[in-house]
Amino acid sequence: MSMNKRNLPGWGFLFLGIALTAAGIVRSEHETVLTKAVNICLECIGIG
Amino acid sequence: MVKQSMFRHLCQAAWFALTNGYGKGFATGKIYQGPTKTLCVPGLNCYSCPGALGSCPIGSLQAVLDSSKFTFSCYVFGLLMIFGSLLGRVVCGWLCPFGFVQDLVYKIPGFRKVKNLPGHRMLKNLPYIVLLFFVILLPSLVVDIMGTGSPWFCEYLCPSGTLFAGIPLVVMNSSLRLAAGLRFLWKISVLLLVMGLAIKIYRPFCKYLCPLGAIYGCFNKVALYRFNIDEGRCIQCKACQRVCGMDIKVWQNPNSAECIRCGACKAVCPTNAISSTLEQLRRKNERKEV
Repeated sequence: MSMNKRNLPGWGFLFLGIALTAAGIVRSEHETVLTKAVNICLECIGIG
Repeated sequence: MVKQSMFRHLCQAAWFALTNGYGKGFATGKIYQGPTKTLCVPGLNCYSCPGALGSCPIGSLQAVLDSSKFTFSCYVFGLLMIFGSLLGRVVCGWLCPFGFVQDLVYKIPGFRKVKNLPGHRMLKNLPYIVLLFFVILLPSLVVDIMGTGSPWFCEYLCPSGTLFAGIPLVVMNSSLRLAAGLRFLWKISVLLLVMGLAIKIYRPFCKYLCPLGAIYGCFNKVALYRFNIDEGRCIQCKACQRVCGMDIKVWQNPNSAECIRCGACKAVCPTNAISSTLEQLRRKNERKEV
């Protein structure tokens, strides 16, 4: 099989990933991530 | 081979410095609160690390799944798919801060090194169980009356969060120090166990616990960056397997889900039979130019 054909699943997943990320942004999931990340996560450090 | 390993460690250190470059956080015991934290970094890098400029993908995945607003995270799965389809577990070998720490701990001399824990063939499936239960099911399903769950993996297992966030914050922040209790001790114990094992076994956390490695491992066979064996050149001397810290039969399965793409096998191969897709592309372009 040529290298280009073997790369097809990789490209497919890449485009699917971009589409999913865009869908996540439309759904404002990134805001949930930001809200969690800018506050100290007490569970992550073993407190709370 | 030493040169290749040094180059990789330099890349790991540079990536850590780049993604954890908020020096003020380390000085004041507070965390960065800017907009770059919307983005996930590819490796396991706690967003509560005082220097962190981005978000941990596993922490973010749990944050979205355990919130009352969403039942699935298109955003984080999408980003993981982008990283995975491009690089696979190159992320583990070259860009993960906790992987880097384990690499350094494994270099401590004076201890007999062993390849794997007893029961390796069964234990190597643990990361998939951790991913399914601690990252996806428990945060989504075990919720309070408001519909909010907890980040189970971060809360009970993640040693990276303890090392890069828990310890620095508890040391520098007196109110957090007062609040540290039994759970903090549990997390310190997990970290000590992993670090103790890492002196004798190469990357025990990556081999037996890491849910992020389990995700990227699924992409190793289809990622745009892969390894290939030239069967005409391979003499099946098994030098690649002997040098592999993850104990992979590279000559038989160059794109194993456990391969972290450290490249030690490529560096040691006496006939240069192992190549990456990048090298193949470069050779193809060179032939075209000739």
